[in-house]
Amino acid sequence: MSGALRRTGALLSVQLKASAMLALAYRLDFVLDLVIGLFWTVAAVLPLFVVYGGPASRGVPGWSFGETLLVVGCFITLQAVIDGAISPSLSSVLDHVRKGTLDFVLLKPHDAQVLVSTARFHLWRAAGLVHAAIVFALAFRELGQGPSLLGVLQALALLVLATSMLYSSWLLIVSVSFYAVKVDNLSTLFTSIFDAARWPASVFRGVFRLIFTFVIPLVVMTTLPAEALLGRLPWSSLGASTLGAAAFAGVARAVWLSSLRRYTSAGG
Amino acid sequence: MSLRALPTLLKVGFAEAAAYRTEMVVWVLSTTMPLVMMLLWTSIADVAPVEGQGGASWSSGSFVGYFLCVFIVRQLVAAWAAWEINFEVRQGTLAMRLLKPLHPLIAFATSNLAYLPLRALVTLPVAVFLFVAHRDALSGDWRLWLLFPLSIFGAWLITFFVNVAVGALSFSVDSSLRVMDLWFALFFVFSGYLVPLDFFPPWLREVSAWLPFRYVLSLPVELMTGRVPFDAALGLVARQALFALGLGALSLTMWTRGVSRFQAFGG
Repeated sequence: MSGALRRTGALLSVQLKASAMLALAYRLDFVLDLVIGLFWTVAAVLPLFVVYGGPASRGVPGWSFGETLLVVGCFITLQAVIDGAISPSLSSVLDHVRKGTLDFVLLKPHDAQVLVSTARFHLWRAAGLVHAAIVFALAFRELGQGPSLLGVLQALALLVLATSMLYSSWLLIVSVSFYAVKVDNLSTLFTSIFDAARWPASVFRGVFRLIFTFVIPLVVMTTLPAEALLGRLPWSSLGASTLGAAAFAGVARAVWLSSLRRYTSAGG
Repeated sequence: MSLRALPTLLKVGFAEAAAYRTEMVVWVLSTTMPLVMMLLWTSIADVAPVEGQGGASWSSGSFVGYFLCVFIVRQLVAAWAAWEINFEVRQGTLAMRLLKPLHPLIAFATSNLAYLPLRALVTLPVAVFLFVAHRDALSGDWRLWLLFPLSIFGAWLITFFVNVAVGALSFSVDSSLRVMDLWFALFFVFSGYLVPLDFFPPWLREVSAWLPFRYVLSLPVELMTGRVPFDAALGLVARQALFALGLGALSLTMWTRGVSRFQAFGG
């Protein structure tokens, strides 16, 4: 078991190195990406100033400006994780499936899921974490008080859970691509649905609240970590989120394995 | 010559759209942003109607109307030639198109336009819902509705020409699609996609009037929701036409220059 783990670790470092070399080869791209990343962060924050600015007292019901900034900070963090570590590999595996080159991956002597999930990283997206740190700093200045240590730990735990849930949905999308042809734009769908996570949960009411909590758990991903940072997260929410994320990961792995068994290569 | 080929090109394009209908539906479904913004703004407006910077009052219903119109317009003015051109330049398959006795841009334009009927069909339920449930959010001025198809066509032309210009960049730059990302980031802010332009402070609204983004999305939506008086609308449509002409000239020049550099694969 520990041997397999060591091998996975070595594999990960090789793949990361390859991605780093690719990034170094296209230096102009790297700079352009950094600039564009900055634009996207500004585009994420700007609507907030419109919603909270202006003469009349407006804003998301139940959430002050600083509190909403915390949600946006969590959103930018997770967006960086998606764009940097999850989506690039997703696009590459969808390409493999369409062209039939997935066969070569399956032939390699390691778990195929590990191989396809670590295929490609966009390292420049780490800049998003810096943007998020700035947004968090602004938020706590606005709130006039810092988070408690417990709150930070809870928030970190929730962000890890969120990453796991995002990864599980990614795995489900890839499994779909085994059945439906030419769905390479599913990665766009993935990121555009995640866009809904940039606002506090109180925005979603009625049936949307249920969907975004239980079906597509966006509420768990950004609103709960923000509440943890504010020190008002009940332990039961953390427990339920952990159970949910674990169950989701299990289902995703099972679906992946079963669709892999049905994979017949291109033209099969 | 080109004109005679148009019906056939459109028919081929339509067949393609019908063949890849799942892909198209996924693209339509990816347009979730207006719906998310709709939920956000209605949750705010339900507490109290929101005052726009222009002095107009926005109720929950007018936000629903606005963002459903945004959704519809976004579907109707879609163009993606930049990706196709970039792909064909990199793969060298553009050479095949250049051999044909038909301007490649006409082929790209028709293949993009041919998706329109199916896209319109997908947005039809939204349009019907809008008409039945939120008719008061729509414009009652028939003159604006006369301008509406014109503004949609102008918006599509601008989007298409920007696509061609960015696609033509790929003749000389490897990463031209990054420019498209930049366009989108600016589009999100300045086109009324996330926030109705009415909520911008006056100076920012003035800036947006001089950028192309308003004419790609906000203008048709403003015509649909009747938030712009007819006289002002005429001026805006004229300005949109100027943008379309200017970008058309620019993109054609860039295209011609680029093609003369093009050496097919490995050039």
